Amino acid sequence: MSEQNTNLSEYIPDVPEHAGFKKVVLELGVANHPGVMSHICGLFARRAFNVEGILCMPVGSGETSRIWLLIFEDERLEKMIRQVEKLEDVLYVKQHDGEHPVFGRLDEFFK
Amino acid sequence: MQMTGADLIVKLLERQGISTIAGVPGGAALPMYDALSKSEQIHHVLCRHEQGAGFIAQGMARVSGRPEVCLASSGPGATNLITAIADAKLDSIPIIALTGQVPLSMIGTDAFQEVDTYGLTIPITKHNFLVRSAKELLTAIPAAFRIAMSDRPGPVLVDVPKDVQNQMVSFEEYPDVVVPDAAPSFDIGAIEEIAKMIEAAERPVLYLGGGVIHSGASQLAVTLAEQASLPTTMTLMALGAMPMDHPLSIGMLGMHGARYTNYVLEEADLLICVGARFDDRAIGKTAEFCPNAKIIHIDIDRSELHKVKTAHVAIAGDVGQVLSELLPRVKPQLRKRWLSHVESLKGRFPLAMPGVDNPRSPYGLIHAVANCLDDSAIITSDVGQHQMWVAQAYPFRRARQWLNSGGLGTMGFGFPAAIGAALAEPERTVVCFSGDGSLKMNIQEMATAAQENANVKIVLFNNQSLGLVHQQQNLFYGKRIMASRYERPTDFLKIAEGFGMRAVDLDPAPNPRAVLAEALNTPGPCLIHATIDPNEFVYPMVPPGAANSEMIG
Repeated sequence: MSEQNTNLSEYIPDVPEHAGFKKVVLELGVANHPGVMSHICGLFARRAFNVEGILCMPVGSGETSRIWLLIFEDERLEKMIRQVEKLEDVLYVKQHDGEHPVFGRLDEFFK
Repeated sequence: MQMTGADLIVKLLERQGISTIAGVPGGAALPMYDALSKSEQIHHVLCRHEQGAGFIAQGMARVSGRPEVCLASSGPGATNLITAIADAKLDSIPIIALTGQVPLSMIGTDAFQEVDTYGLTIPITKHNFLVRSAKELLTAIPAAFRIAMSDRPGPVLVDVPKDVQNQMVSFEEYPDVVVPDAAPSFDIGAIEEIAKMIEAAERPVLYLGGGVIHSGASQLAVTLAEQASLPTTMTLMALGAMPMDHPLSIGMLGMHGARYTNYVLEEADLLICVGARFDDRAIGKTAEFCPNAKIIHIDIDRSELHKVKTAHVAIAGDVGQVLSELLPRVKPQLRKRWLSHVESLKGRFPLAMPGVDNPRSPYGLIHAVANCLDDSAIITSDVGQHQMWVAQAYPFRRARQWLNSGGLGTMGFGFPAAIGAALAEPERTVVCFSGDGSLKMNIQEMATAAQENANVKIVLFNNQSLGLVHQQQNLFYGKRIMASRYERPTDFLKIAEGFGMRAVDLDPAPNPRAVLAEALNTPGPCLIHATIDPNEFVYPMVPPGAANSEMIG
């Protein structure tokens, strides 16, 4: 059997193009303790999903924090959000459009 | 109450019903070991390598469905656990890994045996904790159990610095014993839609995955199949959910599935996926899998829905609860035409099992083992050719009868997992099918098996090679055999005996079946050695990345 199969080859799929140009803002409510940022950023990083901007501050008494992420939308976004929602320390995820003002006035710090 | 963090950990484990822990001690875990010395409830199994401890905990968890615990020290102890934790993540197995860590004040200083266990285990756990005070243990340990067993199960790691283990903590009452969270609620409208789709389908196929086992829903799945006359395929992780010899079973799908199984799927007009995740080894090239079928996907993990294949109807829910709601809504059907077509495909393209009557050949040896056992036996396997032969040919007939490393494909899984299974259910015979490549990867646990007198039988398929690599190099790399043959033979019989384990060799035996039966039916650990021809290949085979219809062999 193996005789006739010597010309077979493995198929290795190409890396799909993910380039997106539309910006999206994600708002995450999270538990506030060291390591949460690492859980969230790691999730994006290991899928090669670039995070363009990130803001994080504690909310109220400091039990929870809010994280704002600025990302480029691509077809993986919906799946990505579902993965983020699964994290134990993530309380909610809201999706806003890229024009959300949270990152608006930060430009002057990046000149 | 007042006690040390270490004593509190042990008490909380006892309260969760833990009676066996597998581990290896070390400096940063010594307070926990000291606390364990005072426990009357917990039996500690001293492993010879932390990976063995991780897989023993997995073996216990895979047969019971409950979270089980492994324990290691900091640094190399923790890194040695990592493979077993990652394996549990991919197969959704509830284990709790407890690791010692250097004292809080020394974290980040490159202290002796310090490694960032928390950081290392983020991507391979369902959740993890670095505990910063003994008081936090009151919430972290129960949370670890709750998370490990709720929804889609998975591994949780709790890293405990040595000073936290020694710290005194005062509290009024123990936290409650935790139970799994309620499964997500789902829409009954979608259930009704599924029932209609099943009724309207002409060529439906039921596709069961490991979630059916985790949910304890095998019987419901079989009932659904019978009620609606659904040919049923199982993933590697679901084998046993429907008895292999059930008239509606069409066996395992995918890379090493029978030809007829993959042909039936190709013709399906409706695929009902229950607790499976469209893994590449199961479905081949995504675009060409079930090209004509509408897809129903039921899974407790919402992130699995539409991940690989877009479903027409998807329900995020516990598969047992969903099937319970679905069953009364599904109209009984006979589907004579489709079932007789499936039967004819099965007749024309069956699973070929050359040598099945010869106990010195792979299929023959598997059948000879099965003939010595009843359905109460637990079967584990390592990873490679022997795993696929067993998955194809062993007559699995019940859930949790079959334990193997499906997602991560970890060589070295089978033997320690078998020890864990034997510790959890000592009344059963546990057989580990292994290869010489896999067995060597955790062979040190022979000492553990001997010490525990675990009723584990290793059936060793020795072809003096890394068989599946050897096969792929033959088929896909121009027969250039590179690093897949072991030049020097290993005397496994002597090794087993050196570890204090009985060993028998089928090779010189005039009647190998008799030797096999005697070895399998004698309690206690035993190595059963059999030489296998390295040029025996697993067929059929879908080349990696190809469509399932492109099987060879």
